[in-house]
Order: sequence, then C-alpha cells, then structure tokens
Amino acid sequence: MALVKQFATFYLDRLLFGVEVGKVQEVIRYQEMTRVPLAPSVVTGLINLRGQIVAALDLRRRLELTERAADRLPMNVVVRAGDEAVSLLVDEIGDVLEVEDESFEPPPETLKGVAHELIRGAYKLKDRLLLVLDTEKAVSIPA
Amino acid sequence: MDDLIKEFLVESYENLDRLDRDFVELEKNPSTETLGSIFRAIHTIKGTCGFLGFSKLESVSHAGENLLSLLRDGQLQVSPPITDALLAMVDAIRQILASLEANGSEGERDDSALIERLGRLQRGETLLATPQVVAAEEPKKKRARKKRAAPSPTLAAAAAEPRIGEILVQQGQVKPEDVDRALDQQAQGDPHRVGEILVQQGSVKPAEVLEALQSQNESKAAISDSTVRVDVGLLDKLMNLVGELVLSRNQIMQFAASQEDAMFAATSQHLNLVTGELQEGVMKTRMQPIGNVWNKFPRVVRDLAATCGKQVRVEMKGAETELDRTIIEAIKDPLTHVVRNSVDHGIESPEARVAAGKPAEGCLLLRAYHEGGQVNIEISDDGGGVNSEKIRDKALQKGLVTAEQVSRMSERELVNLIFAPGLSTAERVTNVSGRGVGMDVVKTNIEKIGGTVDVQSRSGQGTTLKVKIPLTLAIIPALMVTTGGDRYAIPQVSLLELVRIRGREAGEAIEMVHGAPVYRLRGNLLPLVYLNRELHLEFKSERAAVNIVVLQADGQQFGLVVDSISDSKDIVVKPLGKHLKNIAVFSGATILGDGKVALILDVIGIAQSANVVSQTRERAINNTTAAFQETGGERQALLICRHGKDERIGIPLSSVARLEQFPLSTVERSSAHQVVQYRGEIMPLVRLAQVLGASGYDEESKETIEVVVYSERGKSVGLVVDQITDIVEERMAVKSNCHGNHLLGTAVVQGKVTDILDVRGVIESVDQSYLAQPQAA
Repeated sequence: MALVKQFATFYLDRLLFGVEVGKVQEVIRYQEMTRVPLAPSVVTGLINLRGQIVAALDLRRRLELTERAADRLPMNVVVRAGDEAVSLLVDEIGDVLEVEDESFEPPPETLKGVAHELIRGAYKLKDRLLLVLDTEKAVSIPA
Repeated sequence: MDDLIKEFLVESYENLDRLDRDFVELEKNPSTETLGSIFRAIHTIKGTCGFLGFSKLESVSHAGENLLSLLRDGQLQVSPPITDALLAMVDAIRQILASLEANGSEGERDDSALIERLGRLQRGETLLATPQVVAAEEPKKKRARKKRAAPSPTLAAAAAEPRIGEILVQQGQVKPEDVDRALDQQAQGDPHRVGEILVQQGSVKPAEVLEALQSQNESKAAISDSTVRVDVGLLDKLMNLVGELVLSRNQIMQFAASQEDAMFAATSQHLNLVTGELQEGVMKTRMQPIGNVWNKFPRVVRDLAATCGKQVRVEMKGAETELDRTIIEAIKDPLTHVVRNSVDHGIESPEARVAAGKPAEGCLLLRAYHEGGQVNIEISDDGGGVNSEKIRDKALQKGLVTAEQVSRMSERELVNLIFAPGLSTAERVTNVSGRGVGMDVVKTNIEKIGGTVDVQSRSGQGTTLKVKIPLTLAIIPALMVTTGGDRYAIPQVSLLELVRIRGREAGEAIEMVHGAPVYRLRGNLLPLVYLNRELHLEFKSERAAVNIVVLQADGQQFGLVVDSISDSKDIVVKPLGKHLKNIAVFSGATILGDGKVALILDVIGIAQSANVVSQTRERAINNTTAAFQETGGERQALLICRHGKDERIGIPLSSVARLEQFPLSTVERSSAHQVVQYRGEIMPLVRLAQVLGASGYDEESKETIEVVVYSERGKSVGLVVDQITDIVEERMAVKSNCHGNHLLGTAVVQGKVTDILDVRGVIESVDQSYLAQPQAA
C-alpha cells in the first residue's frame, strides 16, 4: 500500500504550496498587524493570536516572488517553529490534500536561489504541482 | 528523558540545596536533628539511584551515608575534616546529577579517592582530632536528650523549628528576656528544654507551652502537605490566558455599559470581579521567596571565608519576601557577586577585627522587605567599609573623573564610584572576586530589570548595599506614545517628565549644536532624539506641537520626541519572537485594550542607538554633582502658571499632588462652590483668577480647565489656573512683601519676576474650615 501524506495547501502568486498538516497550528483570516520598524522586510508585523504575540512573515517576500497587490488582504497560516508560533502570510487558502509518496520528486536543479532552499520538492497532482515548503527554513530569516 | 529520572533529578537537587545549608548549620551547632535531616536526604538519593541503576552515584552516596550514620548515632563527632569530606561528596553528587541531566549517563569519573577518604574518616583515621569545644559539648547534649525524654514525651518529640521561645514571645505569653534567661541557663548546663525552664521559672503556664508546641508541629506539617509541584511553563501559559481573559473582560465591560439589560450588567460585573481575583491569584503563583536564592549563600560564604582565612556568619531576615520568578532568576548572579565581594573585600581578617575591637567573626546580613510596590534587598557587612580615598585615587588615575569633580563630590558619591565601569575590579583582582564581573555589571544587570543600586559605607563600621527592584516584570506601568501612526509603550521607570512645546515656539526652543538638536531644560542642554528617525519612519515636518518625553538611560537624560503622548497604563509584557529579538530599541510587546499589539521601547537601547549614552557620561556625573551641591541652598521646584495676560505665578511643587484637565461641562455646583467629580470624590474648585483678581481671563473660549490638585490628609482641592507653562527647579531668593495672604512672596525665576503662591492660604481664604474638617467617611 502506498504511503499517504496530508498537506494543508495555499496559493502564492498562482503557485500551489503545501505544508504537512501536523506542522500547521491553525489557519485564520486576515488579522490587523502592528508593523515593526527596523525589522527585516520579511516580517510584516505582529498579530495578537489570543493573547500570544506572533510574528507574521510575508511568504511572497521570503520566496522572492512579486509583491501582493495592495488591495488583497493576506491570510494567515500559523505554523509551529520550535517552541514559538509564526504566521505565514499567503494569498489564499486551499484544501487539505492527500498525496501519495510515489508522486513526489525533488526540486529540479534548475530551480534557483531561495526557492531551491525552501522548496523540498513537488507532488505531481493530476492537473498541477504541489510544492512542498520547508517550514523550518522558511521561518528562519537570515539576519 | 525518562520521566522517572527527571523526577529524581528535581527531587535530588532540592535535597542538595537544603544539604548545603544543613552542613554549615551543623558545623556551628551540631544537633542530631540536623544530622538526621542530612542523613535522610543522602539516604533517599542513595536508595533511588540504586533502584534506577546509577552505580557511581550509589557508591558515592553510600560511602557518605555510612559516615553520616556514625555521626548520627554519636559514634563520631563532627569535625571540619569530616564536614569538608561530606561537602566534597555533595559536590560529587551534584556533578553526577548534572551529567545525568545533560547526557543521561553518569559520565566517566573516578570517585574512588573520595570514597576512600570518606571510608578513612569513618574508621576514625582523622589527621587532626575533633575540636575540643565540640567534643566537650556533645556528651552533655546527649545526656540532656535522654533525661528529658522520660518526663515529657510531648516536649521531646517537638522539633526545633520554629523555636518554642519565639512562638511564646510572638503569642505574647512571655517576655523575650525570660527566654534569654532560660537559654542562658540551658547553655550553662541545665538539661531541661526551654519550655520546661520557663514553666519552672513561673513565666508561663504548662498549658500554654503545650499549645505553642502544637502550633510548632502544625507549621511543620502544613508545609509538606499543602504544596504541589507545578511546571513553570504551565504557569506561564496560565498567565498568558489570564491576560487574554482580562482583555475579553474589558471588551465585555465596555459592551455592558451600552446595554440596558440588568441581568447582563450583573453578570458582567461578577465576571469583572472574578477575573480580577483570578489575575491576582495567578500572579501570586509566579512568586517565589527570595530565600530560594539566598539558600546557597551560607555555603558560598563558608567556602570563601575558608579560602580567605576569615570567619563569617550569615544572617537572613525576610527570606520569605516574594518576588516574581523571572526577577529571582535575574538577580541571582548580581547578588552572588555582591556577597562574594563583601566576604572578600568587606570583612577583615579575624586579627584585624580583634585589633579594631570587633568580634573575630564578621557578620553578613541579608535583608529583604517590601516597600511601596518594590522589593528592597540589603546586603550589609560589618567590615572595614569602602575606602573612599582609595576609590578616588583609582578613579582619578583611570581618568573616570576629573580632580575638579572629585573635589566637589560627597563621601557618598565617592563610594558610589565603585559602580563606575573600569574601576571595580582592576585594583583588587583575587582568585575569588574580580573574575570579570565587576560592580558595574551588577549595576547594569539590576537596572536592566528596572531596579536601582546604592551603596553606603561607614569607615570601620561596614558597608550596606541596597538594591531596589520591582515586584514583577510581567506587568509594568508604561506611558503610551504615538509616532508615525503607531503606538509604543515606554516603561515608566525610565520616565522623568513630559515637555510640550507649541508649534510656533518650537523653532526657537529647539537649538542645534553642530547638527544635533538640543532643548534647554531648566538651563541644562537636553539632547533630543526623534523617535521617528530612530525607527526609520516617515518624517512629518509640520507639526502642531513638539512633545518631548524626558527619559533617563544609564544615568543620562535625553528627550525623546514623539508625535503625541496619550495616557499611562499597566501593560502585560510579552517577549518578542526570535525574528525580532535582535532589534535593540524594542524590549518586548504588549496587547492593548483594543486587542492590538504595541511594541515596548527599550530606553537604553534607544539611547545607545542614538549615541546619547556614551558621549555624555561625563556630563551626567557633572550634573549629579551640581545638583547635590545645590540642594543645600535655596533650591526650590516651582510649577509655573500664567494667569491674566502676562503675569506669572509659581506654585511650590511640594504642594502639587497632580495636574489634571477637566472638560468645562463636568464642572458642577454644590452650595455656592464649583466642584468636579474626581477619583470617586467631590473636589471643590478654587479659581485662582478670582482669588488674585486677575484681569483678562476669558473662560468662554476654552473647553477644558487646567487644574492643579492640592491634597492634604486625604482631601483634595483643585486650583483652576489659566495655563500651566513649565516646571522649574532653581536656586532662588524669595522676597516676602505686601501681597497679603495669598502669596509667599516674589522671586526672580528664569529671569522673570514671578509671584510664589501660598496654596494653603488661598484655600483657607475661600473656605477657612474645609481643610480643618476631618475627612467624610
């Protein structure tokens, strides 16, 4: 029997990304943020997650994609990173998908730059590719 | 790691901490109870580690246990070599435990020498015989024990802590002198217990002694039965949840105010009360007695005194004083350093002490107590005191101060130079203190948590180091400011005052010194730091007014310019995640009443990033010296108000309780007086313009009134002034003249003639009896 994994998926600039379900603490709609002056540009701000203060990282900036249109409010995918929670700002939330191990392939060598580090590989779905995000690397920002 | 092993480690560490104290106690006062307690602790460790299969730990503790059992049974007497060996055993156990905690194994170690040493002692092969005093005393004690067991088993069963005499004195049944007499009698060989002697003397009835003994036993039993060990992480989580609950409560209370439903109002009121109590309760769970830190000091002092060849006794008062656990963590190292310093440098050698007419044994007193929402910790020694001349020479030699500054410094200021960086350890590096942690680091660490340090010293009589720290770091009062559209919190501990300059005056008031903006605050140049520039935010050039928050960082004052200042409130401090920890200008974040996040400014961080601190250290010393000198003179602080067109009136700051603004619409009338509701009371208002008969007062154009609140014996009166312009502190000569009973006189302040108001006189002229009446319940 083929091994099946579950991924929480989301969209960034028309690309479909996935994070293992176990790493996701919760998915919430747009939250008002407090910007942090002098912080790395990837840190968009701080949100109040039921009394816990959580940093929100713009995943588009982290992956060096184009900026999100100003009128589109991002969604929060809150992941656990070590002992703290970090929110990843994404364009849209997708379904939780079940994928089989056999359809996985490591990233092509032609994938360059940050994306090569942060994308562990792709699952070949019927109509598109599901890119697997390495959350540990995504939330650690080079100083 | 295995839960069982974890549990074992926690328990063993606790036992070992107590052991350190017990051993030192044992050396001074060898009692079977202390020995029993030590024996039990080691026995427990041995038993459990045998069960868990830690053979090295078992063999070490087994050797120690054997020796202890002989001591306990009286076959051997306690002596310094034995105590040393037993302490070495405790250290070995500690090392093995540390290794177990770190990597789960006992580590590669060979304890055979120690085991051999313990074994030799056990066989009585000591190099030096037991000291005479102890040997002579011990049999007597044993005899005492046997004798008293027969007549009164209840008395014999009672443990020694707390002392029976103390309980009786506390209950007011005997006088302290009687107890002292009884103790003397006991010391002279009376085999009876204190309680029995007191009964014999007729100072107290037997029934009362029995009652006291019962409470003695209860106090012992209660502690072990009524506590639960809780994971600190869980407490932190609870604290977070309570913080969140408080916010929800605030929202509900706000909502309830707009609702008519009585049931809902009552329910939300109840929620309000319960939440408040819950918050208080959870705060308490995070509190720990300072004794937890102090417990290790007797051992530290004993070892240190032995190496220095000194005799030092440690006394503790107020060990039960509680502090938030984060603060306990933070003060541990600074306090240890201070204690080491006191023993190493403070207390003299026994010979020097005797020569100076003091007892050979020095005393180190640790004292803690609550005062005004803060905790005071004092570490005093009765040693030689700080040699201020030596300090002065050293400071001069190092170029920390100039000769001119030194000449103006008081004794106390000189002594406080020990906190100056670069001075502390240089001269007196020993293997004990001076390990790179100087007194300046002690000071920095204590200031980091919002505390202060002060040292007082009297030559030949000793040194007292006083530390003041806040009760908790979790909830602090802070001033909220806005810059670039965002709100920031500034911890109130660094806040000195607020200055507001109106737009058209700002251009003149803020001057430039070689490109650096400064403001003249009462004659001194105050360097200005623009928060929006420090934070790299957009800069708005035109502004209605300049708001300056005067802050103190590392002994240096500077003005932080912000867009606007709102209120101050208690905030719950939360840490910033790892992404933002490195930004020096922020120390944390908090959640405001509306649920939004605000960053907390790190005042020292801002001062450093704006280069305020390093440049101006010398000036800070200058300023404090100057201030110190002038206090002796006619220096006075005045609140300057404008009234009428151009007249200036000064109100002594000592008669000002608060400054308030009230909307004109809140002013009500009560029997011929104008009043406002203020802090749940009715406060009468006195219009200064009417009393002084000033002209040109145009009230209609204003929507708010400026009120100076004067308080006396719980009663407040509001003085309505036209405008508050400044607070000054100057040396001034007040000339009393003909102005009648409203004025104390006239003085030249800031180069202008200013009338000085007699606040009490003004109030009495309006209503002679108001202040004299007792406050209504």
